[in-house]
Amino acid sequence: MDLYQELILEHAKRPHHCGLREPFDGETHHVNPTCGDEITLRVALAGADAHSAADSDRVITDVSYDAKGCSISIAAASMLTDEVIGHPVIEALDTYTAMHAMLTSRGQLSGDEDIIGDGVAFAGVSKYPARVKCALLGWTAFTDALVRAGVDITTLSQQGAKP
Amino acid sequence: MSVSTRPLTDQELTAIRGEFPILTRTVREDRPLVYLDSGATSHKPRAVLDAERGFYEQHNAAVHRGAHQLAEEATDDFEAARETVAGFIGAATDEVVFTKNATEALNLVAYAFSNAAPTDADKDEQFVLRPGDEILVTEMEHHANLVPWQELARRTGATLRWVPLGADGALDLERLGDLLTERTKVFAFTHVSNVLATINPVTELAAAAHAVGALVVVDACQSVPHLAVDVRTLGADFIAFSGHKMYGPMGVGVLWGRSELLDVMPPFLTGGSMIELVTMERATWAPVPAKFEAGVPNAAQAVGLAAAIRWIEGIGIDRIHEHEASLVAHLMTALAKRPWVRVVGPQAGVDRGGAVAFLVEGVHAHDVGQVLDDAGVAVRVGHHCAWPLHRSLGVAATTRVSLGVYNTVADLDVLLEALDRVPVIFGTEPEISSVAASDHGQAEAS
Repeated sequence: MDLYQELILEHAKRPHHCGLREPFDGETHHVNPTCGDEITLRVALAGADAHSAADSDRVITDVSYDAKGCSISIAAASMLTDEVIGHPVIEALDTYTAMHAMLTSRGQLSGDEDIIGDGVAFAGVSKYPARVKCALLGWTAFTDALVRAGVDITTLSQQGAKP
Repeated sequence: MSVSTRPLTDQELTAIRGEFPILTRTVREDRPLVYLDSGATSHKPRAVLDAERGFYEQHNAAVHRGAHQLAEEATDDFEAARETVAGFIGAATDEVVFTKNATEALNLVAYAFSNAAPTDADKDEQFVLRPGDEILVTEMEHHANLVPWQELARRTGATLRWVPLGADGALDLERLGDLLTERTKVFAFTHVSNVLATINPVTELAAAAHAVGALVVVDACQSVPHLAVDVRTLGADFIAFSGHKMYGPMGVGVLWGRSELLDVMPPFLTGGSMIELVTMERATWAPVPAKFEAGVPNAAQAVGLAAAIRWIEGIGIDRIHEHEASLVAHLMTALAKRPWVRVVGPQAGVDRGGAVAFLVEGVHAHDVGQVLDDAGVAVRVGHHCAWPLHRSLGVAATTRVSLGVYNTVADLDVLLEALDRVPVIFGTEPEISSVAASDHGQAEAS
């Protein structure tokens, strides 16, 4: 079974950046209704008060979360924080778009390591349609938290995220 | 159980398995399928598939319409199916209503209550709910026997109350005296829990409900396929079950109700077939059960369900129950030897339905299910449409093994072998204890 890569099991056991922290600019709570997994996720952005700063340039200073779920969903949330903290919003959305494309590819895409980094470890998940939601739970919560932080992600994902 | 119950012989089991084409297929690259998810849906023997196909090939017509020969034959088949279902549960034929599934059957009853609006001149007081009235359910209900009652309470202003879960997977019946009062108009509960497999004392609960004038609705989805159910002695006013969990087709369920209640209940869905007289202004209703079967009914599926019942009767429901009980005992004994597994619900020795749900220490049920799936073992993981029950247990999800008559000790051996890989893959120490695998701890562990 190529689903449980060592890296995934490692993140699931010792998730990075977990726990909810202050300050934050957007918070959301998402559930996976098929299994009852839940995540509360917060994002903090630099320049959140400076309305003159373009959304795309704002840097993600923190992502914190409280999650309960399977190893795939915990590991995905953990790895997400590694991939996006310290990066501008537009880069994070590119990573999201690339992760989403890989995860929903039914095993067709192995993922671009340059864009999604360690996220390529989740390539095996895409062969198990029932588990894709697990891996996406943290990511969809993250994009929702960005929206709640006032970021217009629709225009940003059009600018970036070239396949 | 009857003392004359003979265990199924290996030869009989082999023959039974041979009647299920799907059991010969492989999954996940050449693994023989080990199907332990019959609580979600059972497989269908050839006799059922043939009956459904036979209906379409030989008699297909819209029932209760038309005077041509096919229409007559289709109607006869459909009504004969109703008679077979009635016979199986000890009911009168016109007390059996075919629905889409058990969920629809339960909604039919819930909607009868809110359709009997207090302003309706034809109202029957038994089916009128007002603010101050109460609906009683239990904490172990499947969403199908919870959400319709929540919604009914919302529509009518009645109050929803519930019997909490007690120790060892049983209901906390000491609370029943407080909860069941003359304000209670309906008490809805499951016969057998789809997660815990607890067998509730229906007759006792129904008597208590009737003593305060409440109607009794029983979710019999997990009992009718696995143990003998006779509505004449059960004590319920309504029972609901689905065909697809009892070797029958998907798309057919059954509501049984006492005829004096069905007679005064308003219809749920309205339209063709369920009317007596229609003018441009209004309509009157056909007698039961037609009053509750609007539109062209699921005749082929009803015929398939009747074939499933004849197939069950060919083996004997008591023998099926005994066979599943022996497998449950085998599994409970094996799981008890694994300290990293915690079974929820009644412990070994207590009579239970054909399901065993459990937790694996430190591993989420989804991950357990994935490892089992890799070995060809199909189980259900998650909250099994009983989210409040899982919340009450303090867990997010469980892994559920649920049995059918076609399961064998060999199936359980494959399951156990695969299960033993779980702590190895996830690096959880088999010795650790006490931390429930709610996985709350996982995210907080770092």
